[in-house]
Amino acid sequence: MSLTNLTAIELGKKIQNKEVSALEAVQAALDSIDSKEEKINSFVTVDKEGAINSAKKVQKLIDTGELKSPVAGVPVAIKDNMCTKDMLTTCSSRILGNFIPMYTAEAIINLEKAGAVILGKTNMDEFAMGSTTETSYYGPTKNPWNINHVPGGSSGGSCAAVAAEECSFALGSDTGGSIRQPCSFCGVTGIKPTYGTVSRYGLIAYGSSLDQIGPIAKDVTDCATVLEIIASYDHKDSTSVKRDKLDFTSALVDDVKGMKIGLPRDYFGEGLDSEVKEAVFNAAKELEKKGAVIEEFDLSLVDYAIPAYYIIACAEASSNLARFDGVKYGYRTSEYNGLHNMYKKSRSEGFGTEVKRRIMLGSFVLSSGYYDAYYIKALKTKALIKGAFDRAFAKYDVILGPAAPTTAPELGKSLSDPLKMYLGDIYTISANLSGLPGITVPCGIDSKGLPIGLQLLGDCFKEKNIIRAAYAFEQTREYKHSPLS
Amino acid sequence: MANIISDEIIDYVGILAKLELDSEEKEQAKKDMGRMLDYIDKLNELDTQNVEPMSHIFPANNVFREDKVANGDGREYVLANVPERKDDCLIVPKTIVG
Repeated sequence: MSLTNLTAIELGKKIQNKEVSALEAVQAALDSIDSKEEKINSFVTVDKEGAINSAKKVQKLIDTGELKSPVAGVPVAIKDNMCTKDMLTTCSSRILGNFIPMYTAEAIINLEKAGAVILGKTNMDEFAMGSTTETSYYGPTKNPWNINHVPGGSSGGSCAAVAAEECSFALGSDTGGSIRQPCSFCGVTGIKPTYGTVSRYGLIAYGSSLDQIGPIAKDVTDCATVLEIIASYDHKDSTSVKRDKLDFTSALVDDVKGMKIGLPRDYFGEGLDSEVKEAVFNAAKELEKKGAVIEEFDLSLVDYAIPAYYIIACAEASSNLARFDGVKYGYRTSEYNGLHNMYKKSRSEGFGTEVKRRIMLGSFVLSSGYYDAYYIKALKTKALIKGAFDRAFAKYDVILGPAAPTTAPELGKSLSDPLKMYLGDIYTISANLSGLPGITVPCGIDSKGLPIGLQLLGDCFKEKNIIRAAYAFEQTREYKHSPLS
Repeated sequence: MANIISDEIIDYVGILAKLELDSEEKEQAKKDMGRMLDYIDKLNELDTQNVEPMSHIFPANNVFREDKVANGDGREYVLANVPERKDDCLIVPKTIVG
């Protein structure tokens, strides 16, 4: 058992007990990165020197008793769409290939205050647009369970780094499933919190009304603990929600007696892989054995979530990504003829195909003459979808289903048919449209040896319900380390 | 394909999106967008006549705070990221052509 095999909280305890130093913990992670990066490419940037220096500083504060946080000295990897002062932040795009932020994202500041040590920045789909981490300008990340398969996306680098044990935990972001789906593909656990729970300050925006930062780790305890640390009301994020009772770890109890869990029939129909279906049903049975009340129901409107999502997300992206223009930071084309030509060439050379596709669709649905037919229609659909969830949560504490219709596809098989790739987000996307919290926990391995993920959704602000159900399920199953761990 | 994207539309979108596509990219973009809109048209099956569009999940109010400087002088940081600079200024192409 090496230090990298431990969960973040197990490692943090050993550091507090002086069995292990922060520097030893960080060095073990850096060695792991050194030996695995060539195979999996989880990171865009590894900051060895910075990590070693912060480990030494953190150790001093632990020694004086000033730092007692469960993650003090624990090495973390950060998705490369979160700003880190003095550290390259690329969004896995060419257009931000040389961008050094002047400030750090609020969620990361919260982690730093707790003494977590940042190892570097993880690979992702360019601007978080994609489901495979193959749209990165810096090459695809490989799945640690089988390097011929994708890790999922867009937080594929963060999930692969956790599964390969290059870091003890990671931060990801979730706009349409970008934490929950790669967690499913990589056999790790991740939470997308209720919208507004974690500050988006310093998160480079894709779809502002949908984006949320969340933790990715080996187990539910790690994720709940990290979420408790990163969640905060922040006046620098105008959509930040003032919430009380952010004590998510209080829900880490193995007790689901009487909990009402709904299984939407719409999540188990056509398109769902039979092995995934079986594993997810078995997970529901485990919870039933522990006293939960399991019931199937019709959620409705599921098929309308993806079209509504792509209109809203692309519309917001077309506006958010207008700031990348070759003037203030990032890539500028070398030859141009006047201002507008400079904008156009810098953007066309700086953005990849998928990003351009979404900016164009977004510009189109917002353009005069089409705005009502597409954008407003999507916002009305969103209201209907939210209504369907409100009705469901009047009856159930938790909604249980798969995180993705299949296990991880092979590399190179997804990008040629974007629409097909979009359909893979069918079970995750509604949570973003409705602001709901969701968690993915591993629940099985398919015949190809690839992990299967279980998704639990809760009503807004009811993270504790999904954490409790996920924790109870987790107790029935041992954590499976990936072959590359 | 029900939605046929014309050259005029794709050129107009290119202007709005500030993107320059070569002829091959343009043809692909027309196809991709048409196909996506065919799929999106599924929303027309829904009767949304009496539904209010929902832009925010939670009531969105303006958040006010005092306009106090909380950060230090970040001038060098800002300028360090500028693609082209001269002293403390950004160099950009001519914006007004006389």
